[in-house]
Parts: sequence; C-alpha cells; structure tokens
Amino acid sequence: MRAAIEKFLTLAKKDRRVAWAAFAAVAILLAVLPMLVDMGLGRSWVRVLNFTLIYIMLALGLNIVVGFAGLLDLGYVAFYAVGAYVYALLSSPHFGLHLPFWFVLPFGALLAAFFGVLLGAPTLRLRGDYLAIVTLGFGEIIRIFLNNLNAPFNLTNGPQGINLIDPIRIGGVNLNQTTTLAGIEFQGGYLLYYLFLALTIAVIFVCMRLQDSRLGRAWVAIREDEVAAAAMGINTRNVKLLAFAMGASFGGLSGGLFAGFQGFVSPESFHLLESIMILCMVVLGGMGNIAGVILGAVLLTVLPEALRYIGEFERAVFGQIIVDPSDLRLLLFGMALVIMMLFRPMGMLPSTRRAREFEADDAVLDQERASVYDSQR
Amino acid sequence: MDIFLQQVINGLVLGSVYALVALGYTMVYGILELINFAHGEITMVGAMVSLAVVSALAGSGVDMPGVMIVLTGVLTAIPVCMGLGYSIERVAYRPLRHAPRLAPLITAIGISIVLQNAAMLIWGRQYIPFPPVLQITRYDIGGATITNLQIAIIVLSACAMIGLVFLVNKTRLGRAMRATAQSPQVAGLMGVNINSIISATFVIGSGLAAIAGVMVSAYYGLAHYYMGFMLGLKAFSAAVLGGIGNLTGAMLGGLLLGVIESLGAGYIGDLTGGFLGSHYQDVFAFFVLILVLVFRPSGLLGERVVDRA
Repeated sequence: MRAAIEKFLTLAKKDRRVAWAAFAAVAILLAVLPMLVDMGLGRSWVRVLNFTLIYIMLALGLNIVVGFAGLLDLGYVAFYAVGAYVYALLSSPHFGLHLPFWFVLPFGALLAAFFGVLLGAPTLRLRGDYLAIVTLGFGEIIRIFLNNLNAPFNLTNGPQGINLIDPIRIGGVNLNQTTTLAGIEFQGGYLLYYLFLALTIAVIFVCMRLQDSRLGRAWVAIREDEVAAAAMGINTRNVKLLAFAMGASFGGLSGGLFAGFQGFVSPESFHLLESIMILCMVVLGGMGNIAGVILGAVLLTVLPEALRYIGEFERAVFGQIIVDPSDLRLLLFGMALVIMMLFRPMGMLPSTRRAREFEADDAVLDQERASVYDSQR
Repeated sequence: MDIFLQQVINGLVLGSVYALVALGYTMVYGILELINFAHGEITMVGAMVSLAVVSALAGSGVDMPGVMIVLTGVLTAIPVCMGLGYSIERVAYRPLRHAPRLAPLITAIGISIVLQNAAMLIWGRQYIPFPPVLQITRYDIGGATITNLQIAIIVLSACAMIGLVFLVNKTRLGRAMRATAQSPQVAGLMGVNINSIISATFVIGSGLAAIAGVMVSAYYGLAHYYMGFMLGLKAFSAAVLGGIGNLTGAMLGGLLLGVIESLGAGYIGDLTGGFLGSHYQDVFAFFVLILVLVFRPSGLLGERVVDRA
C-alpha cells in the first residue's frame, strides 16, 4: 500500500500531467460525494459525511497539540464546546441575538484560542501524564460549568442545552435547506457539505504549511526533547502556548460549525469520551501525519455508524435479532480499537519520522527493546 | 462544627475508597508508566459481580448473617477481578510494551469501552440496588453520626492498605516489584521474572479495586455499568495528587481528595453566597488537583522527575 503510494508520488513528480489528472479526479470525487452517498447509502449518511468533516478539523487541531508538539491533551473537547456555545449564544433566541455567521465563527475560534492559552499558561511546567490529567480536569470543569450555569443567571440553560440555533446562512441562503442555485437543486445538507469541505481544505492547508515552517520544526524539537530545544534557542514557553492556541482555535471553529449544523447544543455533547475519541483518531491514524490523522478521523466517524447495520446482519445470519444492535455497537467499536492498535501500534499511516523510529536499524532496535516500556524518551 | 465533623467523616469514607482504587493506578504506573484506563471498569465489574452474588444469596433465603453474605460477594468478586486484570494486561498491554506511549493508552480506552458495554449487556442499563442485607447501626460522636458500614469501610481499607505496604516492603515479591519499578532491565538481570511481576501488579491492583467496588456499591446502595468511569477518574486524580508511582502518595491523595470533595460540597454554597451549589463538587476536586499540580508538578509526595535525555 505504502509502496504503491510512493511509486505513484514519484510518477506524479516526474510527469505533471499525472499529478493534475489525479488532482482533478479527487476534486470531482469530493464535489459529487454527497450525491453519491445520498443515492448509495441514504440521506442519513450525508449527515455522517458532514460530521466526518467536522471531526477531521477537530482531529487536525488536536494533532497540532499532541502530534506536532507532543503535549498530551485529554480535555480538547473543551475548546470544541467553547466554539459551539459561542455560536449558540450569539445566534439563537436564547438571548435574542442573531449575529451573522462570518462574525460568530471567527469569534468562537478566537475565544477558544484564548481558552487554550488560559489552559496552557499554568501548565507549561507539567509534562506527560501530569499534563494529561490537568487538561482532563480542565475539560471536565468546562463541562460542569456548562451544565450548571443556568443559575443565578441563565447563561447556558444548564443540562437542557440551547435550542433553535440559527442555521448557517451565507448571503441570505440557508445552507441547511434544499436550495436551487443557478438552476441546480441542492438537497438539504449538500451546501453545508461544500462549506465544511472548503473549511476543511483550508485547515489542511494551514496544517501542511505549519508542519514544515519554523514554528512546526520548533514544535517537533520540543516533542523530541524540550531541554535540547530550549538550548537551541527555541522560546519553549511561547511555542508551547502557540501550539495550545492554534489547536484550540481549530477546535473552536469546528465547534461553531457543529452548533450551526446541529441546531442544538447541550453539555452532553462535550463529554470526556468525546475528547478521548478525538485523541483515538489522532493516534490510530498516525500521530503527527496529516494524511494519517484524516484517515483516523474518517475511520472512527464512519465505523460506529456502519456498526448500526449489525441488526440487519444478525437477522440475515440468525434469522432474528439476538442482541440489541445499539447495545452491541460500542462493544464492537471498543474491540476494533484494541485490535487495530495491536496490529498497527504506530498508527495506520505513521509520519515518516515515526515510521523510521519503528524500522530502526538493529543496534537501535536492540537498545529500545532493552527498555521494558517506552521507547520514546 | 458538627457539620464539619460530619463532612470529614463522609470524606474519609469516600477517600478510603478512592485510595484503594488509586493504589491500583499508581502501582501499574510505577512499573509500566502506563495509565491503566480500564482500572475504573474493573472496580465496576467487582461491584456488579458481588452484587449479583449478594442478590442471589439474599433472594434464595439462605440462612446466613448479612455480613457473611456480603463477604461471600467480596470473595467472589476478588478472583473474578484478578482474572480480569491479568487477562487485560496479557491481551492489551503486553503486546504493546515496546510501542509508543500512546498506543497502550488507546487499547486501555478500548478495553474500558468493551467492559462497560459488556456489563450493560449483562446487567442492563438501569441502576441496580444493593439488597438491604446489612443492618445499619448509627453511632453519635460529637454531634455527627457514623454508621457501622462507614466504620467497616474505613477499617477494611486501612487493613488492605497496611497489607499492601507490608507486601511491597517486606516480602520477596514486593522487593522484586520495587526493583522492577526502578529499572526493569537491571531487575531482569538480577533474575527477576519481569513479566510475572507485572502480572502480579495487575492482579493485586485488581483485587483492591474489587474490594473498593463492593464498598462503593454497599455504601451508596447502588451499582451501575457506568459507575467505574467517574470513580476511576477521581482515583487517578488522587494518585496524581499524591505523586503518581508512590504508594503512600496514593493513599494520602485518596483520603485528601475525599475530604476536600465532601468539605467543598458542604461549604461551597456558603462560601460563594449561594452562587455555586454543591453540584460543583466535581469542579472542586479537579480545581484543587490543578492547583496542586501547578505549584507542585510532581504531586504532594512525588519525587522530582529528572529528565532522561
């Protein structure tokens, strides 16, 4: 698989026409994907498609913090919540505010970045698992506040959440409804898909440019060895805070999209399990590698949905439903997580740097095997 | 004042349960540097198994005193949980011992999801009540009440902890465990069978978790397939608070977290003039945790971790 991709890449480098053809094919595929999904799998899968795009953005944001800078963040969903609640509060009947989409979305991302710095600043000295537990606590604190800030004044409407959030509107067009643009009829959710796709591509572009930038290299240096990085003249404080802020702003961005898409937010959507899920996407796909993270996000969003069909599977095999499929779904999902990790501990598509760590030459390998745990230090 | 005493008592009871679970986290972390996310679920399984046994015995009308029934439940739950802990280590952690750090974390999460949903399939989604087999007696001390169940929980967990400290510090197995925690390679060279020591750590931790699970379900009178999650989270926080990898730290952290939490829940309403109510209990626990870690990043009793380049 990897060899095939590399072969194709060298071919594409030699011949620009091949590259352009591949590019055009992917573009056309992405453009007609919602129609194909709608026809092939049904309307509910268009929704799954949109959620997949949201999760890709989230996972890429977390990848900056965990994958690039090596800071284990278990409370990432807090930033997602900030973005979602900013959109919900500024654009719903809850406060009677209906601010425009193009203001609310960047504002949510900005506020999430601020929260990222707020979390990052006191935790700069913490490492590894200590950082993990503090971020986890931070995420829980945000969720508990969202759950309880309906008294003494009603800010978040408590566990009921905020309802009737304005759908995303661009230029007077409601993206959630079936619309006819330039003579073509777009089903509900299609236009949303194009918006999400555009933003996802923008996020991917930013991540790719960041990766090899001065900042991106500084992140990797910190991940590999913080002391050495500081000795090389990297301002570890600022660089770490930037990682938190950038990751958080992507989280806030996707949160805003989630609120506008869903029309409803409640603290239940921002449970710790959600943070863990996003982390699983990053690790399972291949930490630090953008393509890997995208693959992980797609896989972990589609898999639980696909597992909804086990009811039909049971009926086909046993002639009746033996175990309630909705009960079995998560069980199988957990098993899949374990099995996937056991077979590819470095992730589906590891970054070249990590792959090299695994395929180290014999001397290095022996040395690493000598350590019972962790070959990371 | 009597409210204060009452909250301290409640906190100590809760704290000794946290401490028992936290010991499991901290022992595993001390040896493998791995957050065993499935540990909370082992506690849940312990509670569920003992509850099933107790309900069956109480329902069958066997002529046994209530204490014996509960004891039978505990004695069934402990081996089940030990077996579970052993198999989890074997299946999900041992193959990944040379993998990057986050890989076993993901399998731990996977295992924990599997256990939760398996428990839901077996015992259902509803809260399961603990049968009222124990006679509760209340005692008055200084205006506060303490029940015999509370005393039993505190005493039992103290015994378990003393037993563990004895095991780790005085026995051959304990010496091997400490050696493995310091340096697995060198311990291996000295003839310690590292794999069996790691297995033993998981088995012991799971046994303690089973006891804690029974205590929680007996104390609150309820069990639920999701109960392990928050309990595990709190216990892990307690372990970090005390300094992870440090046995005394885990006990201290557990007790402290329990007391802080119940005092916080009791007084937060008065302190903030009714702005924040007792449902902020969990915020309190995490907030204290964050504060402690910010000012003492290695926990209360943890040693400063020197960076190994």
